[in-house]
Amino acid sequence: MNDMIVLNDVTKSFLSDRSIKDKDGKPHWFTAVEPTSLSIQQGEIFGLMGYSGAGKSTLLRLINMLERPDSGQVIIDGTDLTTLSASDLRVARHNIGMIFQQFNLMSNRTVFDNVAFNLMVAGYPRRDIHQRVMDCLEIVDLTDRAGHYPAQLSGGQKQRVGIARAIAPSPKVLLADEPTSALDPATTRSLLTCLRDINEQLGVTIVIVTHEMSVIRRLCDRAALLHQGKLLEVADVRDGLIQATTPIGQGLVVED
Amino acid sequence: MLTGTELSASIDKLFALRKEIVTAFIDTFIMLGISTAVAILIGGLFGIFLFLSSDRQFLQNKTLYGVLGGITNFMRAFPFVILMIAMSPFTKAIVGTGIGPIAASLVLAIAGSFYFARLVEQNLREVPRGIIEATESMGARPFTIIKVLLNEARSGLVLSVTILCISLLSYSAAAGMIGGGGLGDLAIRYGYYRYQTEVMIFIVIMLSIMVIAIQASGNWLANRLDKR
Repeated sequence: MNDMIVLNDVTKSFLSDRSIKDKDGKPHWFTAVEPTSLSIQQGEIFGLMGYSGAGKSTLLRLINMLERPDSGQVIIDGTDLTTLSASDLRVARHNIGMIFQQFNLMSNRTVFDNVAFNLMVAGYPRRDIHQRVMDCLEIVDLTDRAGHYPAQLSGGQKQRVGIARAIAPSPKVLLADEPTSALDPATTRSLLTCLRDINEQLGVTIVIVTHEMSVIRRLCDRAALLHQGKLLEVADVRDGLIQATTPIGQGLVVED
Repeated sequence: MLTGTELSASIDKLFALRKEIVTAFIDTFIMLGISTAVAILIGGLFGIFLFLSSDRQFLQNKTLYGVLGGITNFMRAFPFVILMIAMSPFTKAIVGTGIGPIAASLVLAIAGSFYFARLVEQNLREVPRGIIEATESMGARPFTIIKVLLNEARSGLVLSVTILCISLLSYSAAAGMIGGGGLGDLAIRYGYYRYQTEVMIFIVIMLSIMVIAIQASGNWLANRLDKR
């Protein structure tokens, strides 16, 4: 198997609120991601899991450079994104789809136009856009909602539009930032099935951030367990069980 | 109460002024049209850059934001009448005269621009951050992101244009002072200086109808455009 995503010693810190100072009186830098290295294989479904503040979302956002790492390399499909110019990075991002906890659909555009928008941004041939949008809506079973606005949809439907939009330009990687955290258990189950189908049918590599153990158990092949900005371990998921080996990791994966 | 004869005398007075009234309407529409259009353009651009240079946006730049914000605050601090006087050399240089509806339009446009800039900034701030992020994650160009922002903020922007237009209508009455002409000017010259109260009342009613019409169309359009 080829590595689709390689993170080499990436780090990220943020400047804290002004009220928090270090002992020497300088502004405090909060380390969100300690030096972390990870390889994610092509076609894999990989989980990033940990409690709030573990740095899992930041780590995910480093993969498409929504956050630029302070140091280290982010290599996607053989290209180091940290070395790219702004315009080359935009092109590289056409290969990395993303879905969000709050869906982040454009509320003044229809379902169809939301999906079509990403295709236009990716420079998809104009005359093929209509067909491609309908194909993607077919994959997420929403063809009958093409003319609706996001406000007219349920949470689960909105997230499926998010998925259709993200996979429309046929990206090699799909990043999912807490995609089920705003959904009820039944909707979560059907959404996970949807993601699993997309992974199997399109071969897209999926990286999913979640704090829900059940999401990892049902969906992922492997998961990175994160704690306070540190990568504890990368655990295999076999037979619906997370095979944690470190003590803190085992503590993390105890069912909540 | 008005008696029949008084009413018909009033109508006669207004009728005698019909030419001035028509001219005043035309002047008001000229001032309103030019100044609203220019203010949307200049103020819109200013507002977009104010927003984009603010914290956590993609042109984030404290100096740029400070300069743009400073200019905006300074221009907005001017009482309108003083701005008219201060700008008169400038309007003379551009339109060749310091008086008349075109000269007044220029002053109105400047005052309106900086007012509108803040309204635009505020509207763009209300677009959820996640939508900008999603657009960035797709690899959209900055220009495309700006288009998305404006489209998501469109109903608020329409209401802001409505507010701008009504403010400029009321400012344009003051513009009469530098010979701007228009309805406000007519109301002051006849209704106040010449004690023709019926002219004053007529014009105030006309202005009220205009305000109501502008606000109602703004509300209607904003509602239609809002799919949130």
